[in-house]
Amino acid sequence: MNKVIVGNHAVSWGVKLARTEVISAYPITPQTQIVEELSDMCARGALNARFIKVESEHSAMAACIGASAAGVRTFTATSSQGLALMHELLHWAGLGRHPIVMANVNRAMGPGWNIWTDQNDSLSQRDTGWIQLYCETNQEVLDTTIQAFKLAEAVNIPVMIILDAFFLSHTSEPVDIPDQVTVDRFLAQRETSIKLDVADPHAFNALVRPDAYMEMRKDQQDWMRRAKTVYAEIETEWKALFGREYGKIEPYRTDDAELILVTSGTVTSTTRHVVDQMRERGTRVGLVKIKMFRPFPTDDIRRALSGAIKVAVLDRNISPGRSGIFAEEIRSALYNIPMDDRPKIFGYIVGLGGRDVTPAVIEDIVEQTQIATQPTREDLWVGVKP
Amino acid sequence: MSQTMIKHEIPRKEFLSPGHLACPGCGGSIAMRTVLKGLGEDTMVVLPACCWSIIAGPWPQSSLKVPLYHTAFETGGAVASGIKAALEVRGNHETTVMAWAGDGGTFDIGLQALSGAAERNEDIIYCCYDNEAYMNTGVQRSSSTPAGAWTTTTPSDHPESHPKKDILSIIAAHRVPYAATASVAYPQDLLQKVRRAKSIRGTKFIHILSPCPPGWKHPDESTVDLARQAVQSRLFPLVEVENGQTWRFTMDHEGYPIAPYIKAQGRFRQLSNQQIEDIQQQINERWTVWENRVKYGT
Repeated sequence: MNKVIVGNHAVSWGVKLARTEVISAYPITPQTQIVEELSDMCARGALNARFIKVESEHSAMAACIGASAAGVRTFTATSSQGLALMHELLHWAGLGRHPIVMANVNRAMGPGWNIWTDQNDSLSQRDTGWIQLYCETNQEVLDTTIQAFKLAEAVNIPVMIILDAFFLSHTSEPVDIPDQVTVDRFLAQRETSIKLDVADPHAFNALVRPDAYMEMRKDQQDWMRRAKTVYAEIETEWKALFGREYGKIEPYRTDDAELILVTSGTVTSTTRHVVDQMRERGTRVGLVKIKMFRPFPTDDIRRALSGAIKVAVLDRNISPGRSGIFAEEIRSALYNIPMDDRPKIFGYIVGLGGRDVTPAVIEDIVEQTQIATQPTREDLWVGVKP
Repeated sequence: MSQTMIKHEIPRKEFLSPGHLACPGCGGSIAMRTVLKGLGEDTMVVLPACCWSIIAGPWPQSSLKVPLYHTAFETGGAVASGIKAALEVRGNHETTVMAWAGDGGTFDIGLQALSGAAERNEDIIYCCYDNEAYMNTGVQRSSSTPAGAWTTTTPSDHPESHPKKDILSIIAAHRVPYAATASVAYPQDLLQKVRRAKSIRGTKFIHILSPCPPGWKHPDESTVDLARQAVQSRLFPLVEVENGQTWRFTMDHEGYPIAPYIKAQGRFRQLSNQQIEDIQQQINERWTVWENRVKYGT
């Protein structure tokens, strides 16, 4: 079934088709449409889920944790300040190994108040033990939402689906909505033996001493690593059923590229357009979109970028006092490959707080990178007023 | 009441194992033992950070014979809501979900999540075992600490200056179907309230005064006696309230003088006789409020 829907509703449809059982959420712009639609679906009986309308995002995540610990499929959605408020419990869900799925609509952190897109909210949660998947289109948002449940429950790691504020959340696009019967073949009801059960009582999350804590973290790390393979398998299965795949990363016209642009989120679509135009003019430029940020797809990144002469990373985020976060991760991923294969990495800070990243901005980045012989010590801020 | 009667009333089955990690004379462990006897095995416990995070035992052990979920300090009401929703969505409407929190996790950091759960009238039992300070971290004041008490953050020269927060009235104001106070000195009364709570749909709140020998500075063997004095002096009357409106005493309160209760505890050592007299006066005034509530529902 084809429908024209906003990105937020693409999430809602994914949650519905996944037959999510417990939803708990708190309103925040620009996420709110996700849970409005879900509460409507619950009220109409289109989705047989319990919706807990909590008094904060902190309690939203806490309720999801409780429901997940009791063995059912759970979902929440948030943005920005709401995600930051959840921070403590993101760790709890991660290390508690609860396969919760959450949509985060990327929104800038305050102050001052800013409701527009920016990745600092989700990237600030990098080390909480959540898988992070950045989406580019509404179709990808819907597909990834359903896949996220399967992935989370296969590795017992929570998954954050991330979409840009307004450019996806509030923008209508045609979306092919999968039929329920086929989705049911792809994703069965959650069943787990590791849950609260009066017939088999256990204590969860009790005090762990230094002689056992490291093993817990190592197990989490091993399964995080495994999630990359599991995700690839899930995508293969998805493609067989629905004909679509996205990849942990997506290289685009990179084969003979001297310069590769690296993007995530909706900046990717604009960049793809610029790459096509520049290719027509004979510029050997390519694009790598990063979808999976945690676990970081180091091998895929190395394969895609090694051999290029220059790489320009567009970061819609900033780690104050350091650099763009994707650029930093990519520098780190490429450091230990042979020197001859290692491209020079140029970092660009763009589009913070929802500022437009137009084709002209991207063309400017390509030209600056072509002219430069060495990256500057600090990432360059593009389009900042003096 | 005869000994035979008591044996008959209190179930023999234990859900708290010997070897738990409570301090000697811990009121909080008596409270848990009694409450679980009332709830039985079809119970899940949510445990935000508190003394009981230790008492329940380190991984991979548990001193409880029912499922137990340790959670973050401020999340008792919310996690319990999530568990209950999960059980219900899979058709289990019977299992009792109980949040078990200290006064810090109830009066202070957990109040928001508790208020949310109470306002939504989640079908859970929320028990607060109240030892009137952050005992697990070494006796720091909470908003449950009574005026005049020493703690490590309200030293003897500047003891706690604010009266104890009236948590029962706060929860009752949510119009929850059932809220009550209880005491480890009166296990039959506590059991009756637990059973009552179990039989009612919606949010049930039980506030259990639980003396703490290391925090209150009293001998281990005085726990039950002090808990009884708190009730009989009318400092901590045993009441229950339905729908936030219908108040009832569940016990006769003799109105013993408060001085022996105060003087038996090292945390009140700095109080002068005049200050103790002031406390007595406040109890007397407060008692009128309790009586009016029972009489007129206000």
